[in-house]
Amino acid sequence: MLTGFKLRKRDEPWKWGALVIFLGALLISLLISAFLLEGQGKSAIDGLFILWDGSFGHVWALEGALLKAVPIFLCSLGVAISFRMQIWNIGAEGQFALGAIGATWMALSFPHLHWTLLMPLMFIMAFLLGGLWAGIPAALKLKLKVNEIISTLMLNYIAILLLDYLVFGIWKDPSSYGFPMTPKFSENARILGMFGSSVHWGVALCVAVGAAFWAFMRYTRLGYELKASGQGPRVAKYAGMPYGFLVMFVMCMSGGLAGWAGCVEVAGTTGRLEPSLMVGYGYTAIVVAWLARLEPLNIAFASFLLAALRVGVENLQLELQIPAAFGEIMEGMILLSVLAGQFFLTYKLERRKLSD
Amino acid sequence: MLELIVPLLNATVQSGTPILYATLGEMMTEKGGVLNLGVEGIMSFSALAAFVTTFTTGSATLGFLAGGCAGLFLAFIHGFVCISCLGNQVVSGLALTILGLGLTRFLGTPYIGLPCEGFEKAAFPILSSIPVMGDILFKQDALVYVSYVVPVLFWFFFKRTSLGMAMESVGEYPAAAAAAGLKPILLRYSAVLGGGFLIGLGGAYLSLAYTHLWTNGLSGGRGWIAVALVIFAFWRPGRAVVGAYLFGGVMAFQLRLQASGTNIPSSILLALPYALTIIALVFSACRRKHSDMPAALGTNIEPEG
Repeated sequence: MLTGFKLRKRDEPWKWGALVIFLGALLISLLISAFLLEGQGKSAIDGLFILWDGSFGHVWALEGALLKAVPIFLCSLGVAISFRMQIWNIGAEGQFALGAIGATWMALSFPHLHWTLLMPLMFIMAFLLGGLWAGIPAALKLKLKVNEIISTLMLNYIAILLLDYLVFGIWKDPSSYGFPMTPKFSENARILGMFGSSVHWGVALCVAVGAAFWAFMRYTRLGYELKASGQGPRVAKYAGMPYGFLVMFVMCMSGGLAGWAGCVEVAGTTGRLEPSLMVGYGYTAIVVAWLARLEPLNIAFASFLLAALRVGVENLQLELQIPAAFGEIMEGMILLSVLAGQFFLTYKLERRKLSD
Repeated sequence: MLELIVPLLNATVQSGTPILYATLGEMMTEKGGVLNLGVEGIMSFSALAAFVTTFTTGSATLGFLAGGCAGLFLAFIHGFVCISCLGNQVVSGLALTILGLGLTRFLGTPYIGLPCEGFEKAAFPILSSIPVMGDILFKQDALVYVSYVVPVLFWFFFKRTSLGMAMESVGEYPAAAAAAGLKPILLRYSAVLGGGFLIGLGGAYLSLAYTHLWTNGLSGGRGWIAVALVIFAFWRPGRAVVGAYLFGGVMAFQLRLQASGTNIPSSILLALPYALTIIALVFSACRRKHSDMPAALGTNIEPEG
């Protein structure tokens, strides 16, 4: 350790510490990003300005961020409830794909159904398939103790290949000139903009889901037990409900919410199933969940922030031809810096006294 | 029949080699008590580092070492976050994968489609003339020959050298290791860095000997397969060899089937290794009593004070 300083455990929590650490992490990531931009022969000042301008500088940017925040928020909420129970569900990306597939299945099967019937069908199927995709690793974990990190991740790869299989094969639009995509959904299967704006009703859904989630955790017995078992499996043993049931419930909820995210994306944003739907919201959701320290309200803010970053990076890509992977680099760096910085939430450096 | 099977087994060894390096690298990291889920990101970044080095200097050996050093560099970040800053190992590894994949795509874009010399297959003197076995094992590139020695060295290191045994003890019971006068922090760092170097060599193999060409998504889930194989191998190098070649075989078989113009849709064939990974874990879960899983895997060492 540094000479002249010594490490001490904090007696009381550092007020605002989490915020300071987050801002510090953001600063470090921006500095390294600037360095990377310079390395590519672009002006870092211009780049960071375009990034800011494209994230927060215009109404269209904020609208875009709000739209992208919807799937990230839904996935992240699910990821957070499983992380709270120390169940490492890395599979939001695959559960998202299955949700999109489920919604597409309904939309293509019943295109003429009135939207008041078709929409619920799509959401139910998306929830079921997403939940099922998360239920498999949960069952494998409970019955055979198969590591859920790896099984959920492998199911991500399989889900994306399944999506490919469908859009390259049986669901391919015959009039798409060979492009892998399903036909455009009928109007009945589309989520439209609210009050004539480009911001669709998925945003309202997020508010409703967030409120329901909060009420569920606060006022129901199941929510209380989930919170208790978040302290670790050992505490969970004292809960009134069997641990296996809680794990299964959390994973299926988590998968179902990611499935809804997939449903909102196909019905609200693209209007058809296509491979370009998979842009890694499920992985961003993990970053968001951890940055938000698994708290629902923080998740809403963090989803919006990282969604804004994505919009900003798109702008950067357009203006300076920077690869879209720039956003992933920033996400990775912010998360790593926050993880490193959280050290100072429990410890502090103190100036060594002469007597030591 | 033989003329069909021998080339397939030859290809099996080749596609199993990068997985073998990465599996042993992750195994070393975990034996020191640190879980590194960044393997996928490390492999892809080091594949790029190796490619760019060989592309600019023309030296394949230098590229191979550059791959290892790139692995070392990313593993150091993970080590710093987890060992020094007590960050959550699972989340740090995931973040490292996101960072590694992002860096690869960001820096690698200008090289897409470019070829590089790398390592060509060269028959090993004398041994390659053994019938059948010679054709399978000794008509390979130099990096495959190196990979035959690595598991043996790995075994020797952890079973017969004091450094290896000390490293294993901080993965089992760091407090006892510290009480015995060892330096747990330093030992964990060496396990993470050594493991990162090996994972990096696996990545280097992909661009220098496997494809000879730069494309995006070169690692294609191999890093995750390596993480799974460490569990499958019960943390023993011998079983890691079996597992790596098993997956190499599935990948080689799957590629040949695709090339033969079968009716089976390619997406189903491509999903085979991922499905097999889950199945392999199910099988090893049934016999997990035999596993040598390090007791302190995934837990950080809290400093005093």
